[in-house]
Order: sequence, then C-alpha cells, then structure tokens
Amino acid sequence: MAYTVTRPKLTFWEKMYLPQVLGGLAITLRHFKNMITGKTKVVMQYPEEKWDASLPPYYRGAPALVKDEKGRERCVSCQLCEFICPPRAIRILPGEIPAGTKWAKVEKFPLAFDIDMTRCIYCGMCEEVCPEQAIFLRKDYAITGFSRDQMVHDKAKLYEIGGTLEGLVFKWNPLK
Amino acid sequence: MDILNSIDWYLIFTSLAKTVVVLGIILTMVSYTVYAERRVSALIQDRLGPNRVGFPITLIGAAKDFSPFLGGLGQPIADAVKLLLKEDFTPAHVNKFYYWIAPALGIGAVIVTLAVIPFGSTFLGDPMCIAPNVNIGPLFIFAFSSLGVYGIVLAGWSANSKYSFLGGIRSSSQMISYELSLGLSVIPLFLILGTLDLSKIVDYQVTNGWLLIPFTNGHMTWSKFFLWFPIFISFIVFTISMFAETNRLPFDLPEAEQELVGGYHTEYSSMKFALFFLGEYAAMIAGSSLIVTLFLGGWHLPFIPDGAGVGGLDALHVFPAWIWGLVNIAVFFGKVAALLLFFIWVRWTLPRFRYDQLMRLGWIFFFEIALVNVFITALIVAFFPK
Repeated sequence: MAYTVTRPKLTFWEKMYLPQVLGGLAITLRHFKNMITGKTKVVMQYPEEKWDASLPPYYRGAPALVKDEKGRERCVSCQLCEFICPPRAIRILPGEIPAGTKWAKVEKFPLAFDIDMTRCIYCGMCEEVCPEQAIFLRKDYAITGFSRDQMVHDKAKLYEIGGTLEGLVFKWNPLK
Repeated sequence: MDILNSIDWYLIFTSLAKTVVVLGIILTMVSYTVYAERRVSALIQDRLGPNRVGFPITLIGAAKDFSPFLGGLGQPIADAVKLLLKEDFTPAHVNKFYYWIAPALGIGAVIVTLAVIPFGSTFLGDPMCIAPNVNIGPLFIFAFSSLGVYGIVLAGWSANSKYSFLGGIRSSSQMISYELSLGLSVIPLFLILGTLDLSKIVDYQVTNGWLLIPFTNGHMTWSKFFLWFPIFISFIVFTISMFAETNRLPFDLPEAEQELVGGYHTEYSSMKFALFFLGEYAAMIAGSSLIVTLFLGGWHLPFIPDGAGVGGLDALHVFPAWIWGLVNIAVFFGKVAALLLFFIWVRWTLPRFRYDQLMRLGWIFFFEIALVNVFITALIVAFFPK
C-alpha cells in the first residue's frame, strides 16, 4: 500500500546545505582526531594483540585428546566421535590392548587418531558424545599449515594440544 | 659545451628536466594520495587502514622490512606491482580501438594540464613551470581537462556494457554542466588580475596578498576588502565544481558502485583500470594545483624569499637563493597536499547526490551564482579602483 513519507521540516540553515556540510565535516574530523590520539580504541592489531584473555569459558576451538592426571590416555577408541562428526573429520584406527595386561579390561586404544582440521567445523559434538571425556575442544583457534597434510592433526599433535585434564566431567559444566 | 650554451638546447634540457621532476612528483603524489585516501577514510570510520606494508628491503638482504613512522608506506608499491602483474583482460564484446585508447586519453589529458602550472618560483634562474609564460593558462587547463571527458565517455561507450554506458552518459552530462560554472566562477579573478598567465597571477598575489587571504602582504585596503567577497564566492563555486569535474564524492555518480557496479571502468582490468584510477587522482592533483595557484598564492608563503632571493624576511637572506627556490616548490606541493586532504575529508563525510539534485545544483545555483558574481566583481572593480 502506498503511503506518504512525512518529510522533516528543515530550518533555513539546514536548507542552505553548506552549514550542514560543515557540521558533517566536524563530526568526521572528531572521529579522525580520536583515532589519531588513541581515544577511540576499537581495533585489535591481531598478531601482536590477541583476544585469548577474553575468550569465554565455553569457547570452542580446536578439538584435542587429553590424558588423565596419571598420564593415561582416556580414549578407548569407541569411535562414537568418528560416527557423530558431521563433516567426517575424525579417523580412528582402533588397536587392541592384549589380554592379561593390567588394563586389559579397557580392551581398545587408538592406534591412530587423525582429525582433519580443514574439515572440522568446531561444532563440539565429539566432545558432547565422548563417554570417556577424552576429547575436548580447546581454545586454540589459529590452526595453520602450508599443506593439507599439515592440517591433519595426528595423535601426537592432538595430545600436545590437549595436555592433561584432571578430574572429571568438563562436559557437565553449566557454562558449556 | 657550446651546444648547452645555445638558447634552444638550454630550453630543451631544462624543460625535459622539469617534466621529469614534475611527472615524478605527481605520480608519487598520486600513489600516496591513494594511500592517504585509504588511511584517512579508515581513521574517519574508526578503523586503521593499511598499516603493515613496509618497503621490501628484505629483498636486498636486510633483516626486516623498512616501515617508517606511520606504517603501510610500502602499500602503493605493492598495489602498483599487483596492478601491473594482473591479467590485462579485454572482453570479446568491446570495441577494441576505443577501449584501448580511452584510458590513455583519460590520464594523458590530465597530465598535459600540469604543464602550465607554476609549481615554484625560480630555481637557479629558471622559472619552475614546464611551459612558462603561456598567457592562456587557465583556458589551456580547462580545454584539456574537458578533453579528459572523452576518456570516460569512450570507455563507457566502447565497453559495450549497460553499466559502463550509464556511467559514461552520467559523466559526460555532469562534466559539461559543471564546466560552465567552473569557467564562469574564475572570470571575476581575471577581471581583477587582468591576466591569464598563471605565473603573473602568482606574482600578483605575491605583491598584493593571496586572493583568498588578502592580508598576506601585510596590509589591507578597502578595495581588497570588498573584492574579497566575490573572490570567496568564486572560490566556493570553483572548488565545488572541481569536485564535480574530478568525479569526487558527493558528485561521483559516474562510478556509483551501488548502482553501476564500477561505472565507466566496469569492464576494465589490470593496468588499464589503474590508468583510470591514476587519471582520477592526477585530476585531483591538477585541480588542487589550479586552486592553489589561483586563490592560495601558489608557491608563495609570507616571510619566505623567492628563488631569486627577493622578498621575505631579511634574516633569511643569509641562505643562498636556490634553497628558497626548493622551499617554494615544497610550499606549493604542501598546499596541494593540504587541499588533497580536504578533498579526501569531504569524500568520507558526504553522501552522494541524487542525479536530479546534481543537475539542479549545477544549472540552477552555481551557474547563476557564478554569473551574478561576475557582474558584482565588475561593479566593485569599477567603483573601488586599486
């Protein structure tokens, strides 16, 4: 439906246009001056300044494997994360823990655990689904490499990012 | 060395030297105006702009790139390299001859106008102007800057694309409209000065005070006071028409990105596009030089002697005159740079005009104001003789 837009009533000086132009110039000059003198602080100069300190606790960065406080790997190679991963970034090669050894009841461990970071969408479903709390999304966000091969995180790299996580159940953190 | 003593060869060598120097300065200025445009626009919009690229001295073995005070000063070099190395693509549907000649016309016409502008007083006795004593200075500049419109029109037409075509049409009508007020607005100056020689115009301003700031020679007269008003009006009209002539915002309708993709240079790529880009900024510099020469005293600054060591403060005469010749050149380009900053500042402040507003402003206001201004000036010149 057509309707009439009410035009603002302009004063004489507003109709003269040039004074308004000067007003506009003053505004832009103020912004310019505040940037020059450092009064406006909106830009973060990325590689020198980072926002790591202000990352929220629920930030979802690179997925990583963690060991427990005794240095044991938590992953039992159940492959739930591999199956749930929407972009199919995770590949696990399960290995068997031989019978008769101390941890034989765990049955399996990952021989190889690869996460293709060119595919990962940081959705956190692997973390969500993991029954052993072995895989977590860390706060690393600058994942770079010179080739596709370098962008695949293997088991060693994943443990390097993950480190150890003591105690239980990050998963039921109300902030997550 | 006989050959150098003959007057012809002397003129040829000095003119060539001046041409090279002016071209060098202008092209450097163009690239750094682009840099300034990006930086100033960024700062006005609370961003930082390009502040990373330094001069790549790592290529010759240094440990770190040289990135002096502001940072990003190497950006124009990187831009130039990029534009030169890009694929120069000629679409199949264009009219090849005009498509190729348009960018050259665009920048060539602008650069020719710089020939008559006195960019300094004298240096070692030689007038600092590529073609000195041309007694049709401003007319020459207007003539060639109107030739520049051919570059844009041909580009718009030969590209065989609707956006380019609309850009070309807009540009031609806009330039023709504003050329009227551009030419008319400076007639009062010629009524006052009685000459069209730009060097003489500057000389007049050295002795009688700058036209826009008439007390720079130290004293005011009633005649100068009354003449200041029409000069101020003609300065405003001239400057705004110059914005329109150089396609700067708020008059950049020929290349309104939101409506026309890129305007007349939509179909251009690589260095051909860059030539339009350079031409546009060179036109800005030429326009600013003209404004400086006509209204702001050219190379003159109070208390600074000229290249022959005449005038200025007596205390400054201890230095040799050629130093002041260089200082005058620096003063001229400093003034031009200040005006360029003003151009940039305005661009990032004002929104674009609607097309009918643009035409209304040109034909109904500026044309009439400039015309009436001529008569007012004539009256003042008649009743308050110098």
